[in-house]
Amino acid sequence: MIYMCGIIGVIDRSRQRMDGTGIRAALSRMDERGSGEGAGYAAYGAFPDLCDYYALHIFFDNPHETKPLVIEELSKWGTIEHQEEIPTFEQPGVRKVHIPWRFFFKPDPRLMPRSTTPEDDIVMYLVMKVNTSIPGALVYASGKNVAVFKASGWPEEVADFYRIQDYQGYLWIGHNRYPTNTPGWWGGAHPFNLLNWSVVHNGEITSYGTNRRYIESYGYRCTMYTDTEVVAYLFDLLIRRHGLSIETAVTALAPPFWDEIDRMPSKQQEIVRAIRLAYGPALMNGPFAIVVANHDSMVGFTDRIKLRPLVSGEHGNRLYISSEEAAIRTMEPGIEQVTMPRAGEPVIGRFLQ
Amino acid sequence: MAEIVRIDAEGMHYTPLNQAIRAAVAAGAAEITIDHVMGQRFIADGLRGSVEITINGVPGGDLGMFMSGPTCIVHGNCEHAPGNTMDAGKIIIHGSAGDAVAHSMRGGIIFVRDDVGYRAGIHMKQYEEKRPVLVIGGSARAFLGEYMAGGLILILGRKAAAPQLDRGLGSGIHGGKIIVRGNVDEKHLGVGAKKRELSHEERGEITPLIEEFSHHFGLDPLQFRDERYYVIAPASARPFAGKYTWEV
Repeated sequence: MIYMCGIIGVIDRSRQRMDGTGIRAALSRMDERGSGEGAGYAAYGAFPDLCDYYALHIFFDNPHETKPLVIEELSKWGTIEHQEEIPTFEQPGVRKVHIPWRFFFKPDPRLMPRSTTPEDDIVMYLVMKVNTSIPGALVYASGKNVAVFKASGWPEEVADFYRIQDYQGYLWIGHNRYPTNTPGWWGGAHPFNLLNWSVVHNGEITSYGTNRRYIESYGYRCTMYTDTEVVAYLFDLLIRRHGLSIETAVTALAPPFWDEIDRMPSKQQEIVRAIRLAYGPALMNGPFAIVVANHDSMVGFTDRIKLRPLVSGEHGNRLYISSEEAAIRTMEPGIEQVTMPRAGEPVIGRFLQ
Repeated sequence: MAEIVRIDAEGMHYTPLNQAIRAAVAAGAAEITIDHVMGQRFIADGLRGSVEITINGVPGGDLGMFMSGPTCIVHGNCEHAPGNTMDAGKIIIHGSAGDAVAHSMRGGIIFVRDDVGYRAGIHMKQYEEKRPVLVIGGSARAFLGEYMAGGLILILGRKAAAPQLDRGLGSGIHGGKIIVRGNVDEKHLGVGAKKRELSHEERGEITPLIEEFSHHFGLDPLQFRDERYYVIAPASARPFAGKYTWEV
């Protein structure tokens, strides 16, 4: 039903950074949408001093056993500039079943000579390699200058567990999970991140099987036991590797109905038909509301028949997108108007420069 | 206890909030004002009697669910499904509302000054003297009156020549009717829905509703008077007979 999962995102177009206090309060406002089994946040611009390095976030079951294996793998492909256990602070409701770690990593582009984006492709390869071949190690984030904080717990507990108020970002997204089809676990908490892309999602991707087969044919591997993972990989494939615009990617993932296409002007009809035919296996079915972040923008959209809630509002240089108006107003009490985007149509906030 | 009760809902969960409302009603309050409402769900759910509740802020989902008798006046927007399975009473919203407004409503009346989201009036029903009414001042998104089984939706499209509508209007409707001010594009009609002109009797039926709507929001009812109105109703007495079962 429409009660499950709460999502929120905020982008400051002028890249003025915000600490995690506001999004923690906003996400906690939607506690009713979760079950205490998963929550998380992503902050863009969180590592300004190490912004040229890929911030590989890893959940270790037992770092003494598995960390050397990960380091061995990373060392084959580049250099580790810095590594640290991610600071955490005990919370009554969070059981620390994994040790979160981050590596700041620089891949050697000469090792992937035929790629147009060799560094990204090396990191993508490493994420899939570690997640499929080193049990007890899960890479859950791999972007430059992006911090991801997630665990099993309520939004406010997870925020305090990582002390997100100590981090600054010019774009934040957050998620409060109510797991329905698979059990809640740390790796199944949102946001899902790969390279630039971070995704929070309310709903279910009933086309998961088709979408998974499609992206796995491009080298991605699904290892998190939940559907949202494919969305991050689809964005990476369609936008980074295929060069589509955000608008076109959303048209591919949540296209208009054929009867709507039939009524479009002929040129537009031709384009949308081509997108639907080329990206049929990328089409996402089922009820969903999604916010996707990257280093250029934040985009929110729902399924074509609007089976999950999504509202947005603007204030000054900031765009907010969330499941509930109350969450937006909690973050920005001065906001004048909160509106509902049309089903399947993206709301996009871009940085000014 | 005083006849008029004020509750500050700042930082309050809906359970103690509803307990405070019920305690006030049990003590004989005629009016309750709740300030700083921000996302609390289930306000006034299952509440009986004739209390008038003024809500300042943004109430969370399912405002007035199963409510039977009271009046809720909201100064702000509503989230999803205000009036869900409401039995009797009134909800007056000085703003817009989210998806599934009046979901499965079975009695009483809802007035929304501005717009409603997707699937307003889904599964509204009626039985004998119970006949729910939803009056929308602005526009509605897709699937208005989806699977409607009874009751009345009146949509006025204030500030425009006609309300902005979308696909699936009355999709699956098998009872009740949707009355629309201004023209309705045939392409928006849902499965099993048929468009016809408003009858003289039906005009008489909507006049008091327009007057009450205008009264609540301080508007001139004349602006809604001399327009064309259309009725969206089931295409036949049993539009879906034989869809899921076969009859001999």
